[in-house]
Amino acid sequence: MDFTYTETQDMIRDTLSRFLADTYDFETRQKFINSDTGRDPAIWTALAQELGMLGAPFGEEHGGLGGGALENAIVMEELGKVIGIEPYLPTVVIAGGALKAVGGAQADAVIPEIIAGNAIIAFAYAEPQGRYDLANLRTTAKKDGAGYVLSGHKSVVYAAPWATHLLVTARTGGNQRDKDGVSLFLIDASLPGIVRRDYPTVDGSRASEIYFENVAIPGDALLGGEGTALPLIEQIVDEATVAVCAEATGVMQKLHEGTLEYTQQRKQFGVPIAKFQVLQHRMVDMFMEVEQARSMTIMGTLKLGLPADERKAAVSAAKAKVARGAKFVGQNAIQTHGGIGITQELAIGHYFKRATMIEGLFGTADHHMERYEQLVLAD
Amino acid sequence: MDMEFSPEDLAFQQEVRAFIAENYPAELRGKQDEGEELSKEDFLAWHKILHKKGWIAPAWPVEYGGTGWTPTQRFIWSEETARADCIRLMPFGLAMVGPVIYTFGTPEQKAYFLPRILSGEDWWCQGYSEPGSGSDLASLRTTAVRDGDDYVVNGQKTWTTLAQHADWGFFLVRTDKDAKQQEGISFLLIDMKSPGITVRPIITLGGEHEVNEVWLEDVRVPQSQRVYEENKGWTCAKFLLAHERTGIAGVAASKRGIEKVKQIARTELDGDKPLLANAFFKRKVADLEVDLAALEFTELRSLAGPNAGRGPGPESSLLKIKGSEIQQRLTELTLEAVGHYGAPYFRGFGEGDNEHPIGPDYAHRAAPTYFNMRKTTIYGGSNEIQRNIIAKMVLGL
Repeated sequence: MDFTYTETQDMIRDTLSRFLADTYDFETRQKFINSDTGRDPAIWTALAQELGMLGAPFGEEHGGLGGGALENAIVMEELGKVIGIEPYLPTVVIAGGALKAVGGAQADAVIPEIIAGNAIIAFAYAEPQGRYDLANLRTTAKKDGAGYVLSGHKSVVYAAPWATHLLVTARTGGNQRDKDGVSLFLIDASLPGIVRRDYPTVDGSRASEIYFENVAIPGDALLGGEGTALPLIEQIVDEATVAVCAEATGVMQKLHEGTLEYTQQRKQFGVPIAKFQVLQHRMVDMFMEVEQARSMTIMGTLKLGLPADERKAAVSAAKAKVARGAKFVGQNAIQTHGGIGITQELAIGHYFKRATMIEGLFGTADHHMERYEQLVLAD
Repeated sequence: MDMEFSPEDLAFQQEVRAFIAENYPAELRGKQDEGEELSKEDFLAWHKILHKKGWIAPAWPVEYGGTGWTPTQRFIWSEETARADCIRLMPFGLAMVGPVIYTFGTPEQKAYFLPRILSGEDWWCQGYSEPGSGSDLASLRTTAVRDGDDYVVNGQKTWTTLAQHADWGFFLVRTDKDAKQQEGISFLLIDMKSPGITVRPIITLGGEHEVNEVWLEDVRVPQSQRVYEENKGWTCAKFLLAHERTGIAGVAASKRGIEKVKQIARTELDGDKPLLANAFFKRKVADLEVDLAALEFTELRSLAGPNAGRGPGPESSLLKIKGSEIQQRLTELTLEAVGHYGAPYFRGFGEGDNEHPIGPDYAHRAAPTYFNMRKTTIYGGSNEIQRNIIAKMVLGL
């Protein structure tokens, strides 16, 4: 048993952390998230070309650093520490994960584009009626000659306004909630018939509603088997879920550190408010949540390779614990800051907003507790 | 002891319902349904209708314009206005400075200010908190120095709610630097159009411009605008803080809030069933209802119990703590209920596009409201301070 990181992993963390400290201070972030496009494309290019960071989880045969889920977790945690909006999660973790799993010509063609920073891939999986059920799909892909015709509406697709490609879940058969008949497609984001309605998100990113209006897509856009992609989708979403837990750990750590710092500066009744025992105990509770989030992220990450049911139970345990911890740490960071915590002026409130959105991403604590119970506590 | 309404109370309830149904502005209702931000005129529209009817200040003594209602009638009024989802009247004049003026003010102050508060002619704001004085309000540093018939006021206030609309503000200022903290404070009424006042917006997490910084630089204030004795302003402040906490339980509004959450959870799907059928979600709604019932009957006991009519005591801290926690849990549940559609941020969007909607209307304000309502456990004396009050005043610790 060994919980130490390798030299390469330490190097990834140190390099990224230094780069983000230089490029991603709070004021700079506020400036570009409020710009027309909502991002600074130079940062993504630098992550790819100067740091090689977008190759972290890919094999050397594609030009990557030869890592995997642990490397993704390291990158996500560092992005969490600066509330980064870079589309690493959908592009590298999710689409990259799907391509790695499928392999072949598609992986050979697209993974180098991801690593080079040329491809940004948004994950269009959620639908208005579907909540967190990945098989609850009304979007359909109907066979048409050698290709398919895609129709439907995808909800809140993060990073879609910036995307060169879309990774889309759609039904090629079966009924709305069937496990069979689900397929996964990687398509060009600019195909005719794709209607996007873009908007900012409350946590500083950009997203879109995407309407597929009879979009003709080529046959080789299919990733994995036709109608049998649900296990693959569940796997990549589990990988994404622990990556989000890693991001949450970074966010929570900063919320806790910011609170410690503030309470030692802020004086009321003639003393720093950190002297009040009621606040000390609160900050101890926050600290324990951060530590447990880190532990559960590592646990979930290390168990991603287990058989599906064990993997799912571990990921759900991690996400449930982290979602509750993120809520506790976020709410108490704001409460301890008082009024200043509710303003846009301080970074702390922006960390709280991202922590809040992470709570629900890929399923709330309740959703994951339910999945855990079904897998582990079934009669 | 009983909890039944008398026939007179029931008749009053019918009268109130009919009045609201006939008179609540349709335009306001529309804006509320759309989740639009309300303007000063929107707030004043309902205020003026109630003023015309004579129902604007149920809590005031009749001689100053109150309604003379019994505590039960006032309870019915707050229940019915919440049930009908009427907007909350701005409290700064009606619930805060008004009672201070009719309790501590001079005949001239009463004659000038009270009718203008009732009519809505003056919009009031509250100049209490300062950057260095939040929970420790008595450490405030804004000064007022005598100069002829005036005070000259210098300092900075913060978290001043809707000061951008205000005609007048009531301010706590230090008039004696050498006295013990609470003994050197005075209570001043200041015309917000006075030279030397600057109001700067503070934008909060949901993007709202609700609170402000107010800077005072050599602002001249006639001494005739001081309420009560010089250096005795803390008496007014304490009176007002206790007054502010009555109704802060927000029971009626939270009841309405629970109905809204249930409505959303009946519409949202979880698999092939409504979200409200999900055992986990349903239990959280039930927990909230049970806690709200406990809060309601605690408030009713203080309204109609043996201490009724003696004014709010330290037990009002209990109502503030539990009331604010329930308000926050309501916003948590709403955000959870809307799922993915909590993420889109609507402020500053262009015109709607009905062909390609961004989620259901009820989702649009879910996250900003959740963020914004974190204030309820901070303002009006943070919940930590309220627990200190209970420990000291109720438990004698």
